[in-house]
Amino acid sequence: MSDEPLSLDAAIASVRGPGAGAIATFVGLVRDRTRGRRVVELEYEAFGPMALAQMESIAGECESRWPGARVAIHHRVGLLRVGETAVSIAAAAPHRAEAFAACRHAIERLKEEVAIWKRERFEDGAEWVGLGP
Amino acid sequence: MEIRVLYFAAAREAVGVGDETVEVPDGLDVAALMRLLAERHPGAGRVLGRCRLAVDRALANPSDPVPAGAEVALIPPVSGGSA
Repeated sequence: MSDEPLSLDAAIASVRGPGAGAIATFVGLVRDRTRGRRVVELEYEAFGPMALAQMESIAGECESRWPGARVAIHHRVGLLRVGETAVSIAAAAPHRAEAFAACRHAIERLKEEVAIWKRERFEDGAEWVGLGP
Repeated sequence: MEIRVLYFAAAREAVGVGDETVEVPDGLDVAALMRLLAERHPGAGRVLGRCRLAVDRALANPSDPVPAGAEVALIPPVSGGSA
């Protein structure tokens, strides 16, 4: 987890290895529109120690489900502008099918349960995502 | 017994503080603690009602016990990642 810009290369480098035949990556970006409103910037807040433990646990889950897989999950926190990277995931595996599957699993699990919250800032206000109307 | 309560994101804004130490009855479970916190912060009921509770940094179930000295955290619906 970092409040500095993320490097996908760093995530890739951390999972590269002699057993890896493929690396699948996912990059999540700050989009300029949501639910019909224009987003000015996004703020990510984390419960750091808990979120880190959850991210490690998700990587471990991928690695035991797809033997030989290695997964890195990097998340940005703080204030992000449109177009910036919020999350980078790299999943290495012996073959491409497991690499894609592990990468997909990691991002879906991350969004389900990791203690990170997003506040969208619009031109006319801000709101925490996930609370509904 | 005393416990430490952490509030994040929408819960922190609704309650107005990031953390507090609260004196609660011994032998409390998670569901009872949630009720107690909602009574303590009546203006934050809508947001607190959407939160899950983490006990010592692990998501807890309503019937889980809250040990003395625990660090509990109010976890609003999460939105990690993007897209």
